[in-house]
Amino acid sequence: MSKPLKKISLTKLLHQNKNKWSFIKLRQFYQSLEKILKETCSYAELCTNNGHWLDYTGTEMNSSCFSCSSVKPDCVCELTFSFSQLFEGPVFFYYGLSNYYQNYRQYGVSKDANQLSGDTTYFLSPQDTCSPYQYDSSGKPIVPCGSIANSKFNDTFKLYLMVNGVKTLVPFDGKGIAWWTDYNVKYRNPATVNGSLAKAFDGTVKPPNWPKPAYELDPSDAANNGFVNQDFLVWMRRAALPNFRKLYGRITGGDYSQGLPAGNYTLQINYNYPVVNFKGTKKVIFSNVSWMGGKNEFLGLAYLVIGCLCVVMAIVMLIVYAKYKFSDDDDMQ
Amino acid sequence: MLRRRINLLFGGDEKRVDSRTIYVGHRPCPATEAFIPPKFCDNRIVSSKYTIWNFLPKNLFEQFRRIANFYFLIIFLVQVIVDTPTSPVTSGLPLFFVITVTAIKQGYEDWLRHKADYEVNKYPVIVLEDGRSIRKESEKIKVGDIVEVVEDETFPCDLILLQSTRDDDTCFVTTASLDGESNHKTHYTVPDTEKDLQSLNATIECEQPQPDLYKFVGRMHIYKTDQEPAVRSLGPENLLLKGATLKNTKKIYGVAVYTGMETKMALNYQGKSQKRSAVEKSINAFLLVYLCILISKAVVCTTLKYVWQSQDGQDEPWYNEKTQKEKDTYVYLKMFTDFLSFMVLFNFIIPVSMYVTVEMQKFLGSFFITWDKDFFDPEIQEGALVNTSDLNEELGQVEYVFTDKTGTLTQNNMEYIECCIDGFQYRNSDSMSELDGFCVTDGPVSKLQQKAGRDKEELFLRALCLCHTVQVKEAGPDEIDSDQVDGLVSELSQPDEQRGFIASSPDEVALVKGAMKHGFTFLGLENKSMKIRNRENNVELYDLLHVLNFDPVRRRMSVIVRSKSGETLLFCKGADSSIFPRVRQEEVDRIRMHVERNATEGYRTLCVAYKQLSPEEFAVADAGLRDARLALQDREEKLMAVYNQVETSMSLIGATAVEDRLQEEAAETMEALQGAGMKVWVLTGDKMETAKSTCYACRLFQRGTELLELTVRTLEDGGRKREERLHELLLDYHKKAVQDAPPVKAGVTRSWSTANQEYGFIIDGATLSLVMNPSPDTNSSRYKSLFLQICQNCTAVLCCRMAPLQKAQIVKMVKNSKGSPITLSIGDGANDVSMILEAHVGIGIKGKEGRQAVRNSDYAIPKLKHLKKLLLAHGHLYYVRIAHLVQYFFYKNLCFILPQFLYQFFCGYSQQPLYDAAYLTMYNICFTSMPILAFSLLEQHIAIEYLLDNATLYREIAKNAMLKWGPFLYWTVLGIFQGLLFFFGVKYLFSNPALQDNGQVFGNWSYGTIVFTVLVFTVTLKLALDTRHWTWINHFVIWGSLAFYVFFSFFWGGIIWPFLKQQRLYFVFANMLSSVSAWLVIILLILLSLLPDILLMVFRKPRGPHARQMKRRLPSSGTSTIFMLSQTTSTHSFSWSD
Repeated sequence: MSKPLKKISLTKLLHQNKNKWSFIKLRQFYQSLEKILKETCSYAELCTNNGHWLDYTGTEMNSSCFSCSSVKPDCVCELTFSFSQLFEGPVFFYYGLSNYYQNYRQYGVSKDANQLSGDTTYFLSPQDTCSPYQYDSSGKPIVPCGSIANSKFNDTFKLYLMVNGVKTLVPFDGKGIAWWTDYNVKYRNPATVNGSLAKAFDGTVKPPNWPKPAYELDPSDAANNGFVNQDFLVWMRRAALPNFRKLYGRITGGDYSQGLPAGNYTLQINYNYPVVNFKGTKKVIFSNVSWMGGKNEFLGLAYLVIGCLCVVMAIVMLIVYAKYKFSDDDDMQ
Repeated sequence: MLRRRINLLFGGDEKRVDSRTIYVGHRPCPATEAFIPPKFCDNRIVSSKYTIWNFLPKNLFEQFRRIANFYFLIIFLVQVIVDTPTSPVTSGLPLFFVITVTAIKQGYEDWLRHKADYEVNKYPVIVLEDGRSIRKESEKIKVGDIVEVVEDETFPCDLILLQSTRDDDTCFVTTASLDGESNHKTHYTVPDTEKDLQSLNATIECEQPQPDLYKFVGRMHIYKTDQEPAVRSLGPENLLLKGATLKNTKKIYGVAVYTGMETKMALNYQGKSQKRSAVEKSINAFLLVYLCILISKAVVCTTLKYVWQSQDGQDEPWYNEKTQKEKDTYVYLKMFTDFLSFMVLFNFIIPVSMYVTVEMQKFLGSFFITWDKDFFDPEIQEGALVNTSDLNEELGQVEYVFTDKTGTLTQNNMEYIECCIDGFQYRNSDSMSELDGFCVTDGPVSKLQQKAGRDKEELFLRALCLCHTVQVKEAGPDEIDSDQVDGLVSELSQPDEQRGFIASSPDEVALVKGAMKHGFTFLGLENKSMKIRNRENNVELYDLLHVLNFDPVRRRMSVIVRSKSGETLLFCKGADSSIFPRVRQEEVDRIRMHVERNATEGYRTLCVAYKQLSPEEFAVADAGLRDARLALQDREEKLMAVYNQVETSMSLIGATAVEDRLQEEAAETMEALQGAGMKVWVLTGDKMETAKSTCYACRLFQRGTELLELTVRTLEDGGRKREERLHELLLDYHKKAVQDAPPVKAGVTRSWSTANQEYGFIIDGATLSLVMNPSPDTNSSRYKSLFLQICQNCTAVLCCRMAPLQKAQIVKMVKNSKGSPITLSIGDGANDVSMILEAHVGIGIKGKEGRQAVRNSDYAIPKLKHLKKLLLAHGHLYYVRIAHLVQYFFYKNLCFILPQFLYQFFCGYSQQPLYDAAYLTMYNICFTSMPILAFSLLEQHIAIEYLLDNATLYREIAKNAMLKWGPFLYWTVLGIFQGLLFFFGVKYLFSNPALQDNGQVFGNWSYGTIVFTVLVFTVTLKLALDTRHWTWINHFVIWGSLAFYVFFSFFWGGIIWPFLKQQRLYFVFANMLSSVSAWLVIILLILLSLLPDILLMVFRKPRGPHARQMKRRLPSSGTSTIFMLSQTTSTHSFSWSD
């Protein structure tokens, strides 16, 4: 991840020109291209390419999460930002990691699909691919085993809207953030023993990085535990590239179904996940989706460029064709 | 093969002599001390390669000897042994598929051979044992058994004929299945054997088995109780070959001499040497390039991996800890395994399926030649024949065409035209209407000239009637259709005498019929006496004492007969060059003029001479001939010496002229070949004048062509030493043709009708041997290269008076010359076999001189005119198809693997595959294989009629133009461009992986699936863009493949497959389709990657039907030679009839 080149507020620029799309200045065009190619933006401000995002790694001294970046479990930090106008909903809240190789091959195979489909015979003897998270130091099998499960993202976020100086919680909806088929077909919890999911996990231990075992992931919703925990499923779907984002929750509740109203916001972060030692960054992204999926400037630009190219070529070819045709006729005579 | 070797080994162990002794009927002979039954192999024919037991190991071993298969086996083994990114199945399954298909094909072929062997081996035969006839299976025949064969049966092994039911102790045999000659051949019983085979006590001493069908030497010792053992010589005329069929003879008895795998047929049964096409060499070159790319990719990735890992925190981030085992492994070992893993990951760049597709394309493609209706000849009711499918594309690359004259350029349909007796011409102008027009009382038709004396005339005609090996065909209803050497037989024979003649050479039939027209009819050979009916309708009888057979070295044949009046006469006929030195000179001068004039008119001339042998002379000759025939060793040489001795100091009586018509459309074909940039060389054994006039008639030499002659005649002009003159002429011609020629780029740019001076080159056999084998003392090593350079600058080259081996020598010389041009030989006779085998592509014409050329050829066509379509249309198309196939295969695998390679840069060089294993495996097998196969079979980028009309189009693909590095670079760049586009296009899309309208995020398998979808659609549509000739099959496979891909992806991702460890593609494809962004990017990328091709297509010069108006119309020929010659000779006769 390269350092940002300019420290100018692109937000402003974009907002000024929001109604003047008819003539994009070359400079702006270049900048947006650059943004797409580099995904750069200054720290501690709401950046606006591919959604509004905010870096909270805390490597910079002035960042409020700086104190948390040196490993300190259960560290809490807060970021503030503002929307000058309504951010149209439904708003989706993502967390993003960079320089994080979820597509590493050995990492990717480090899971036991049989365990995850609820086959308890594999609970006691996980597959070798899970190594080194196959058995713990005392020889007990780890469920869910493997590197992917063990490295599950465990930062938690709370968003507050400052209304008249009072913090109001903006609720995240964590349902339906994983693929329907993952939640309903591919991943299955083991059959409960005497109606208790925890008993099915008897004789196994939780992954070392997890604070709680799998069957206690979501105390608020019993159907969101075990392997069919939405956050867990989102994490288990490996990202394609080292810079990625994953869905954390939707903002759909009540007042916010239209989107996030203009105002000042505070994001409270439970900072648990270490990324500094492998030069990674963490960020949160607010994004809305259209009928064609998440916001993606590349697609629009690419179509624009190629469309223009095609028009130019069509004109050139028309001229060429006209010339060719006439000369051809001359030949025939 | 192995079996034969073992047999030879055993045989060699027993006795290392080069002859074998056979006890007829296994009866010990009294003369030898002890009867040791010698061991010979049984009469089992084994043509199959495998048995049930050794099929698997042997077949696998043979398949893995192919370098490509071996490579894939290695990859497979690496995958099994090393921890690699893809499962062994991905490369194991295609390999298994390829191996299985090949094994099934070979197994089936072998099963057919087994079946055929079984039929042959179990065929019931009758063997005489202890006076009784016993039915046996053919495979039980042992050497020495006396076998009975009845009419129309084939001989079960090589037999020495002992007894025949015919009165004259002969039998008739056709060897159609052996050498294709369908005429009846006469074989003789061993003289003086007893009629009662039971009491026959004899041994046969003969040479060890050898494959030459026409050679056999042996001796038979016949023991009689009260006499000295008699010795009889055995020759090929006593030997009945396995595979031949008994005809016109009720029953024969013979003793088996060679059995089973030692029969001449079995020894001849061996595959021809494999000819490899130039395309295959290109493929191998490209493969090498791709192997380098593969290795360098693996090296780059391995290096970068370790560079990247050396950075802080990258090697082992906390979330991806290494196992204890990994930590313990040595770093160099790890590097090596990483290298191997990368190799395995990228190995798909070398397509395993390409070999299968190329093989299938060749195999199926050859059917199009067989099926071509234009090649069907109603006369022989046959079409073209493809003996090898490996060379289809080579037909589009031919640069040199070597053609035989007789039977190829000309029809070999001989018609007697005229004769010249003692210097007087006898011409029968309207032979068809007036069969007996030549009549002494009416005077010769040629009214301008006097006639020769009656004695001379009759002597000449008797000579024609006697000096030949023609057989009179016994009229039988069942034989009318078969065995016709000469199509004119029935028309010409007189109605009251339904007489047909059978001969190995059509000249002889024409001559006998010519004599018939003049009143002398050959009635047949009975009891070694020849019957002829003279003009007075009296039958004359001549005892046939000896036949001095024709051979191409002597170029003449003779008979020795004794007339009723007791005179012993030798009649000899042969080429002028072989007769003139052997007759008196004053006679020569009178006839030479006629011979040369006839030759210039394109007739085949033969001179006839005779000699009266005194009893003493005859006795000497007779003894000499008998001795020579009995000789066991060097029989040929000895016979030749005797022949030469006998055929001397004869007196010349006359000459004959026989017309050989040009083949249909010979001139157009030759002109088209030259227009296509091919150089046509005529290699013939015929005389220079005849050959030259044929060349003019075929328009190989045009009016403006300057002829450069290098023949014995020109060499002797200066009166100096031949070699000096040769040197001088060569330099002179070289200056003319090579140095002074304007510096045009060879072949392609030069149009065939330019105003440039065109040169024709003529050389004869004797001079050629001077050029090829110069005496070592002179500085003549340059002759060959000078000669070659001159020839390469001539439009046409005529080599006359060639021996068969010299033809091959020339082909070889051109083949090995600079640039190694592709050569094609076309011929119809046995004398062309050597050059057919030597050339890159050998083409046989299903002509009249037997089938040997056809059997040894790669392709056989009924007529010369079919060559044009074979080369200009089929060859061109096959070349374009296979070239496109090869380039496309490399291209599609390059843009398949390039994203996978690029992905390594974004996954920490961890060998993470981009595509799912199923896609990796199926890409080449299912998704993209059928469209290219259909394309490579059906594509006609230019319509066939247009190709035929514009021979110059052939030049565009000359010299392997489509498989040169230029086009290869284009395809490679295209592949790289598309690969980059696929990968980075999707990568920028994934800058926000939330592609669904519910905000859910796509993972790495979605990424790979989008790339793969774009890839499959792009490469398939690219092929659709390249397709010029759409058939329903193309539509079916192209759209069907795409539909299959979509269907398969749904299916593969729609079910939890119980046999899979990880359901990583579960619903990936369906989810991808539910994302509009994914659709948009897929469409965009497909369009963008096809854009260069669309542009190219637009800007490429249109090749529409309107161009047809400019096509040249050739004047149609097909008229007889005479018409053509009447045009050409008038202008050229002065220049070459000195």
